[in-house]
This record gives sequence, C-alpha cells and structure tokens, in this order.
Amino acid sequence: MAEGAAAHGPGETPPKGNGAIGVLPILFALALFAAFLAALPTVSAGERLLWTIDWVPSLGIGFAFMVDGLSLTFALLISGIGTLVLLYSNSYLAGHPQYGRFALYLTSFMVAMLGLVLADDLIVLFVFWELTTITSYLLIGFSHETEKGRRNALQALFVTGAGALAFLAGLILLGFAAGTTRISDILAQGTAIHDHPLYLPILLLLLLGAFTKSAQVPFHFWLPNAMAAPTPVSAFLHSATMVKAGVYVMARVHPSMAGTDVWLWTLTIFGVITAVYASILALRQTDLKQSLAYTTLMALGTLTLFLGQESGYAMTAFATFLIVHSLYKAALFLVIGSVDHGAGTREADLLGGLGRAMPVTAIAAAVAAMSMAGFPPFLGFIGKELKYAGALAVASEPVLVAGGVLLANALMFAVAGIVAFRPFWRPAGGDLPRKPHEAPWPMLAGPVLLAALGALFGLNPDLLQVSLVNPTVLSLTGSENEVVELKLWAGVNLPLVLSIATFVLGLLFYLAHRPLRASLAGFFAAAPSLDRGWDGFMDALKRSAGAVTDIIQTGRMTDYFVATFATIAIGLAAAMGFRGLPSLDPAFGAVSWIDLALAGLILGGAALTAFTSSRIAAIAALGVVGIGTALVFIFFGAPDVAITQLMVEVLVVVLVAIVMLRLPRLDAAPNPFRPGHAGLAVAVGTVVTLALLAVLTAPLDRRLSDYFEATSWPEAFGRNIVNVILVDFRALDTFGEVAVVVVAALSAVALLRQGKAGGKGETK
Amino acid sequence: MEALLALTIGVLVAAAVYLMLSGHMFRFILGLVLISNAANLTIFTAGRLTEGVPALIAVGAEAPDGLVANPLPQALVLTAIVIGFGLFAFAITLVKRAWTELGTVEADEMRLAEPRKEKP
Repeated sequence: MAEGAAAHGPGETPPKGNGAIGVLPILFALALFAAFLAALPTVSAGERLLWTIDWVPSLGIGFAFMVDGLSLTFALLISGIGTLVLLYSNSYLAGHPQYGRFALYLTSFMVAMLGLVLADDLIVLFVFWELTTITSYLLIGFSHETEKGRRNALQALFVTGAGALAFLAGLILLGFAAGTTRISDILAQGTAIHDHPLYLPILLLLLLGAFTKSAQVPFHFWLPNAMAAPTPVSAFLHSATMVKAGVYVMARVHPSMAGTDVWLWTLTIFGVITAVYASILALRQTDLKQSLAYTTLMALGTLTLFLGQESGYAMTAFATFLIVHSLYKAALFLVIGSVDHGAGTREADLLGGLGRAMPVTAIAAAVAAMSMAGFPPFLGFIGKELKYAGALAVASEPVLVAGGVLLANALMFAVAGIVAFRPFWRPAGGDLPRKPHEAPWPMLAGPVLLAALGALFGLNPDLLQVSLVNPTVLSLTGSENEVVELKLWAGVNLPLVLSIATFVLGLLFYLAHRPLRASLAGFFAAAPSLDRGWDGFMDALKRSAGAVTDIIQTGRMTDYFVATFATIAIGLAAAMGFRGLPSLDPAFGAVSWIDLALAGLILGGAALTAFTSSRIAAIAALGVVGIGTALVFIFFGAPDVAITQLMVEVLVVVLVAIVMLRLPRLDAAPNPFRPGHAGLAVAVGTVVTLALLAVLTAPLDRRLSDYFEATSWPEAFGRNIVNVILVDFRALDTFGEVAVVVVAALSAVALLRQGKAGGKGETK
Repeated sequence: MEALLALTIGVLVAAAVYLMLSGHMFRFILGLVLISNAANLTIFTAGRLTEGVPALIAVGAEAPDGLVANPLPQALVLTAIVIGFGLFAFAITLVKRAWTELGTVEADEMRLAEPRKEKP
C-alpha cells in the first residue's frame, strides 16, 4: 500500500534525495513558474499575449500559443503545484531505483499540460491533449509490477483515448465550421458558430472528449482507479491538472459555444449528477486517498455545472472554485501521502492520534480541510458562497441546481472531516503498521504553502480577484464588468443561509458517516458497477477478436488462397459490372489455322498439367505450354522474347525434373476432382478473359512505343528496339532484375546446400 | 487472334488457380509456372498483336519502316520472364527444403507458424 515506503525499510534511515536527477526537475518547474508569474502583471491588466511559428502553413496550422487570464491561471496552477509536487516526490520516493524515470514522466506531463492550456491552435491543442493522455498513462502505470497498476493505467488510457478520438473529430469540425484553426480567431467570431449546421455535432464531440477526460458520470470510473499511481502523481494529475483539461477546454470554447439550450442542459445535468453521485461515493470509501479521489469528481462536476451557465456569478464562481479546489485538493493529497509514508496505512478506521506525531502536517491538513469544508475565513468559504449565488442565478432550475450543490457541499464537509480531521485528532483506532513520524521538510512545504495560500486569499480576496479571477472572467465573458466582487462577508442573504444549512447537514453526515457508509456499501455492492462492466467489456472484446481471428486465420494455406482468388474474381467482376461488357472489334475475332493450332497446344498442355497424376506427364505438359507461349511470341514479331522464353522453359523443366526426383511421387497424393475449387478457378479465368477483352476494346496509347521507335537509333544507336529499351532506356530496371535473379539463385543454392550439410541434426 | 488468345489466357489462369488451390506444394509450383505464362501473354496481347514484323530498324534507316510489333510490352515481358524464373527457382527449392525439414508437401500440414488449436 505505501508505495513510497517500499523504497526503504522501517528501521533504516531514509536516503536524503535522488541527487541531481531529483533537483533539476524542481528547478525547471520553478523557472517555468517564475516565468508565468512575470507575465501576470501584463495579463492582469487585461492584455493577451500571442506567439506563433508556422507548422503546416498550407492548412493554416501553426504552433500558436496564447496567454490570457484563463490560460495563465491554469499555467500558474500547473507549474506552481508541479514545483511543489516534484519537491515532495524527491523525498517521498527518495532512493527509488526508478526515480529518474518518474521525474522524466512527471516533468513531461507538466510540459504537455502547459502546452495544452497555452495552445492557440486546435491541432496543437489536440497534440498536447494526447501527450497528457500518454504521459499520464505512464505515470498511473508507474507501479507496473502490479497487475492492478497495469490494468488501471490501461483503463485510463482507453477511456480518455477513446474520448480523444471524438475530441479530435470535434476540433476538426470546429476548425472547418469556423474557417480557421486559430483559437483566438474563433473566439473573435463570437457566437457565430451557433447558427452553423455543424454546431450540434461539434458540441457533442467536444463534450464527449471533455467529459471522458474530466471523468464526468458515466465516464467517471477510471479516475478512482487511477489512484494506483504514487500519491504525488494523484495530487498533481488527479486534482489540479489533467482532469481539469476537459474543464479547461469547455471554458476555452465557452465564449463561442455557450448560450444555447443544448449547452446549458447538457453541462448542468451532467455536472449536477456527477457532483452528487461522487460525493455519496466519497463518503463510502475507507481508503482516504479513494475518498479524496471521489471528491475530485465532485469538484469537476461543480465546475462543469458552472460552465453551463453564462451569468457573471457563475463565471466568477468557476474561476474562484477552480483555484480554491486546486489549492486545497493538492494539499490534502500530499497530506495523505505523508500520512501513508509516516504511518504505513491510509485506512480511515485504523488511523488516529497522528496530531501529536505529525503536528505540522496536521495543521496544514486542518487548514486545507477548513477551506474544503467552506469555513470562513478561508478561500473555500468565498468559493462556496459564490457557488450558491451562481447556482441560484441559474434562471431555469435554481432549486434543482442549488439543491444538488447543497447536498454535494454537505457531503464534502463530512469528507473533509473524515480525511483531514479524524486521522489526526481522534484517539488511535488500531495498531498502525509503523510508528508515525513527521514528514521531512520537502514533504511539508507543499501542504503548508498550499494551505497557507488558501487562508491568505480568503483573508485578502482582492489579491486573488485582481490578479487571476478578473482576467479569467474576462476570458470567459469578454467583459470585466461581469465579475462579481469576492468578499468574505456579503451580508445576510440566501447564500449565507444555505451555507449554514451546509454546515448543519455536513455535521450530521460526519457524525453518522459510519452507519451511512455501511448501508452505502450494501447498496453499491448490489448495484451494477461500471468498473466491473469495464472488465466484462474488455473480456468480450478480446474474445470476439479471438473468434474473428479464428475465422479469418484458419492456418490452412488453401483457405487463404480461396480468399485471395475469390477477392480477385469478385473485384474484377464488380468492376466489369460497372463498365458493362466489352464490345469487341470484329478483327480481333478472326483466326487462322495456325492460331487455332497454337491455342490448342497451350490449352491441351494446361489441361493435362491440371489433371494428370503422373510426374512425367505433368513436366511434359508444362513444357508444351511453355513452347506454345514461345511460338506465340515468334509468330507475332517478338523473337527476343521467344528465345528467352525457350531458354527459361528448358531450365524450368530441368529444375523441376531434378527436384521432383527427390520429392514423393505425385500419384502418392490423391488428386480427386474438387468441384468447388474448379468453379472458383473457372470464375477467375473468366474475369481475366473479360478484363483482357475490355483492355483490347480501349484505344491503345502508343506514345511511349512511338518515342522508343523514334529515338532508338538516333539517341541510343541500336537497331533492335526491344534490346535498346532493356539495356539503355530502362537499364537501371534491368540491373535491378539481374540483382533479383542473383539473389534468388543464391538463396536457392543456400537452401539446397544447407539441406545437405545440416544433415539430420537440424531436421527434427 | 486477340479474342482467341484472351480465351486461352483465361483457361491457363483457370488451370493455374485450380492447381494452386490443391494444397499440394508440387502442384502449386506447376500452377505458378502456368500463371506466369498467362501473365506474360496478357501483357503481350494487351499491347496488340502484329504478325511477323519484329521491332527492328533497317540498316541505314533512322526509324522502323511502317508498322512493327509494339516493342514496349516485349521489353516488359522479357523482364517478367526472367523475374518469374527467379521466383520459380526459389519457390521450388523452398518446397524441396520443406520436404526435407517437415516431411510433407501438403501445405495444410505445415502448421509451425499457425499451430492447430487444442480442443478444450
């Protein structure tokens, strides 16, 4: 369970870090964070930074990047939390033999995620989107020695990868409908896309991609499984960054796509269902990390819900809650990692009394949890008040939405207590696998800083408002006037009443969570599970693939040949059916007695070869066909071809004769008439004849032949045009042909000689 | 003659296909030789038949005098004959080798790469 602890035994002193491999990524992430911080004043002033280099100019695709309020908020969260997580990991996985790999994956993921939120081109956006999918697959599957780790990583890859295909289709359609792939240009067109006939397909495809990535019900099942990753990964990917990629994209296209009924209802319904369902599931878990994973789902549902709306309240609530959630959720995940690291377990019923052993972690956890539960004066309180205000501002169904948010918040309150209060402050619940100890400073820095920021912004909301919330709302609505002021005390109003109701309800849930959990466990054990359904789906997929393979790949060569020849016959017949049967020049039908004799020779030889059971007769008949062919060449002005044909024919017969003497007699193998094969053979022969007749009815293009006839002597000084073509005009082809024959000869010799030299040792 | 040759080629192909479907490696080789002949004749016929005038340029002339046989398909067929022979030589040694190694010339008995499924 405690994957970090695996690196060092209980009695040994843990190693200090991972050397340069551990430190360099931290510095890299810190430098990125500093760079984004430097852009903050410009963006806060309402400006947008654009940067482009050409990539595929013919399609108008460029490596275009844009820094505005929305993307900068995300970029700061990604690089800032990334720095803290890398710092944390360096201690958490200290001395891990594969730490270099881990740091590489995590840093690559961070860069991909930054590319995603900064991309100003739909195609670039997609490329980074897929890069996050792949790097997160590697991170979830980091514990690849376990069956579970591999399965869960694959599940995340498949679900988000399948969504990504829909997403790509949606992006391409969007680019097509808007006439440009540049996101800033699309946004400049305003809501013009609403009237495009492709609006609905675009919307549904984009949302399918976003919902799978952001784990909305019913695509939610992969996210809790992704907790197979080491805890710092969960803190980074599954709270602050990757799962928010879907949310980011919905926010990015919000100015263009939002405002229709489809958008409003799809996002609202999916958001509410996800938020409530996930909160209930969160309460059910006993593993602290799993609990947190489900509350992440709840947060994603809430963010989706807000993006469904257009009001300034909802947008401000979105921007604020986005930041609030990232801060407290990353902090709590890291705390859970420290608890796991220090106490050796994450089971809620075992843990207790850690407050004394891990005081700093406990305080950081408490502060983050207060923010999560929505206590004043923390930022979470402001976030929650705004959530209610935003929910009540939903014009059509305020009761449904506000009710859903209330229930979800109350459950969140209870979970905050279970995760961050009980393990530290209640008496110990049982024997811990390890004597708990306080985490080293790099593992404290993350939780403490993130929790402190939540408190700082709560006490001083203007700081956050001016720097990040206003620019983000500007990105979403195009106007700063829409922003609602963040304040701790907004007077006695409906949101405040709802807040108090949340506390009361949440406290009830917290006190009753053990019986509740038991009844929930009973209910969910009986209910169908999508996760188990997934296994069934994968098994069925593999079985059907196996069944199809068994049908297609029988392992019998004759079956493959039947398929090949039937394809030829049907394909040519279909082509002929489209063109109509050829009408032939009567001159082609004229025959002399020589023609008849030639044809008879070839036909007789072919028939005998096909049906004889005598080796000698077969060889002789083969020779007859060859000589008949050579005679055709002679009569119709091709003496060179005829000579070659005769020489080759002699060689063929000699070779066949030599080899055949070493093979079993032909009449030893029964050769009954095979009517099915004969029918197929006649069909192939018929279509070949028809195809050739069709060719003959088409006019002959003699341009190349005329060119060779005219230039053969003046340019190549040869009077035999065929020879000139072979050794001059197409000399390189002839050279290749010689090479082929030489290779064939060498291989034949090798095969024959090996048979002699290898002897019996090789044969069996 | 073109029509008659087209018919002859059809029969050649049919005989070749029948032989190749037999599953007996030696008959397969016979079919391979027949189908190469059929292919060569097809190319030759598609370039039209011209009786008795090879594509030669008389001494002193710059170009052939009047209509001669189409040289282009002839060049192609020449190449094809030689390549076909190379293929044939390789295939027949392969068959011989298969016989020494596997003790069978029946294609459907050669199941090293795709073994039969065990019946459960």
